[in-house]
Amino acid sequence: MALERSFRLSWKAMTMEPFKVHNGLVTVLDMPNVDTDQIIPKQFLKRIERTGFGPFLFYDWRFLEDQTPNPAFEMNAARYQGATILVTRTNFGCGSSREHAPWALLDYGIKAIIAPSFADIFYNNCFKNGILPVTLSTEAVETLFQAVREKHRFHLTINLETNEVKSNNGLCFSFDVDPHRRHCLLNGLDDILLTLQHEDKIQRYESQL
Amino acid sequence: MHPRTLFEKIWDNHIVHQGAGEPALIYIDCHLVHEVTSPQAFAGLRIAGRKVRRTDKTFATMDHNVPTSDRSLPIVDPISKQQIDTLVQNCRDFGITLFDLQSKDQGIVHIIGPELGLTLPGITLVCGDSHTSTHGAFGAFALGIGTSEVEHVLATQCLLQEKSKTFLMSVNGALPYGVEAKDIILSIIGEIGTSGATGYVIEYAGDTIRALSMEERMTVCNMSIEAGARAGMIAPDEKTFRYLKGRRYAPVDFKSAIKRWKTLPTEAGAIFDKTLSIDASRLAPQVTWGTNPGQVVSINGTIPHPADAANPDEKKSTERALEYMALMSGTRIEDISIERVFIGSCTNARIEDLRRVAAFVKGRHVSQKVYAMVVPGSQQVKRIAEEEGIDVILKEAGFDWRESGCSMCLGMNPDILKPGERCASTSNRNFEGRQGKGGRTHLCSPVMAAAAAIEGHFVDVRQYGSRTVLPFKLESYDDGTL
Ligand code: SF4
Repeated sequence: MALERSFRLSWKAMTMEPFKVHNGLVTVLDMPNVDTDQIIPKQFLKRIERTGFGPFLFYDWRFLEDQTPNPAFEMNAARYQGATILVTRTNFGCGSSREHAPWALLDYGIKAIIAPSFADIFYNNCFKNGILPVTLSTEAVETLFQAVREKHRFHLTINLETNEVKSNNGLCFSFDVDPHRRHCLLNGLDDILLTLQHEDKIQRYESQL
Repeated sequence: MHPRTLFEKIWDNHIVHQGAGEPALIYIDCHLVHEVTSPQAFAGLRIAGRKVRRTDKTFATMDHNVPTSDRSLPIVDPISKQQIDTLVQNCRDFGITLFDLQSKDQGIVHIIGPELGLTLPGITLVCGDSHTSTHGAFGAFALGIGTSEVEHVLATQCLLQEKSKTFLMSVNGALPYGVEAKDIILSIIGEIGTSGATGYVIEYAGDTIRALSMEERMTVCNMSIEAGARAGMIAPDEKTFRYLKGRRYAPVDFKSAIKRWKTLPTEAGAIFDKTLSIDASRLAPQVTWGTNPGQVVSINGTIPHPADAANPDEKKSTERALEYMALMSGTRIEDISIERVFIGSCTNARIEDLRRVAAFVKGRHVSQKVYAMVVPGSQQVKRIAEEEGIDVILKEAGFDWRESGCSMCLGMNPDILKPGERCASTSNRNFEGRQGKGGRTHLCSPVMAAAAAIEGHFVDVRQYGSRTVLPFKLESYDDGTL
């Protein structure tokens, strides 16, 4: 009964959208080791909601002193506006555990991030918020960088059902993702709900403490 | 059963459920909560009509954006105040113990956990903060989690986790005079890089680690995350037990707890996925020059050339870092002038750190052009320091003596660098803008930071001779008996 109730409420509360196939405009951030302090600078961590962080994404790089867009920041170019896929370099998301980083990316419109590697906590936080982090080889990422810069408004299709990244002009890369995370993302499953199905086991564990 | 590592033993002891092809569901013994990463988690519980499952295993404090000035004054920043008030309200509504701004136990979450005896060998401990790795110094499996996971642990007291690989970091040899725990971990990160341990739990072992005090071990484990590791840990020993004895939340039946804890250390023959040996006797004091903790050199070193980078990514990183830090390749570290000094943070704001700094600066004075602040890690640290007269020594030497909190480690409160200001900092992150937009951070040990404060530029503390030796007693809780 209690479980049923939490099921109902949890489904209603669930904010995570399933990720199956996504086609979107690609933007680039040509920098390795981008840390969470750059993704969302700390002066914006004081909000107590999950939303509204998008305007502050990459704030110190994106905006000049007078808060106008920095023309030297590549993502600000007109051709990248409306992008939903970010291609970037190694060790993206290193630093703090702040989930404000994926919230800011999501709020900005990013649904998937492609990089040669990700930092651990950030990678995990992405899945919890319906963002797909895709790990491709350094060479594949380099190819994508070239393609994005050569072709105006370059789009990619990321298919989580087939584990493939494809472009219209014939690029195709397959990627690996942990089967459980994939399953949860495909179905938009809420972790808490999944865990509560093991209530009996949690109770049994607690009874031996 | 095959010989197991410390991590494997704790892992095996905490599995609640392991489905095929799924991450394990592990039980969490202690959950520490702070004001920045928790509001959205509590909001999630409210929407779903959920409770906190184990209020007896959940403890909260406020540290990240608290002012470090006079505690009796109201908080000026309305948004900080809202976040702090939200935590108070959440703890009240959900029945969680809170060490608030008025509490004599308030402090940085990773400093008060061990002080209160909440951090224990063999436990699983989580907090919505990446430096939770600090608690691994006691032989706990302690890891930082995101806000969704905070909500998950609040609701279920469990965490979904993939089993990590294990990394043995074997550190041997006597630490040379003037070289500290901070230098060990900075040089490790310099060697393996900021993602060198991604996916691993590091176990630090070897005679150098055994010789470190608990506080120094915490400094080492604290920065494991800067090497990308999920956690860092050190096997518990007599020092661990002595540190914990008599702490408020330590087990009442301490004798049988010790017996249990003695079964935890890694067994001979246990296999690690990766190992690295460090010769501590060859280490020198370290200073970071760039914008990640892996961009570090010895005090006698110089700023590197981008052309010497190992690969194109590194080259780009180096160029960007030199530009941001306004440094020229080839410059000697000792020739870098600083205007600010920050002694604090969960890496280096424990009582021992302050004792070492006080011993060094006694009878010396902070350079005219430097503003130096000391921010104790907790109210307890502050109290002990004041009892020992450390505050007086520091103030006489020209340091600003503050209230406890994270302070300029991340500058969410009014303690920040101005654009272009250069700071010697005992914290753990030198990211762009971390200590204030446009601020330039150099990480180093407390004694190195103190020496930089005195001289106005970086200097090799080894040149001072025996004055850096500790005149204070080492562990205030150590009464010699167990
Ligand atoms: S002192 Fe710094 S690193 Fe430690 S918890 Fe506070 S903000 Fe994080």
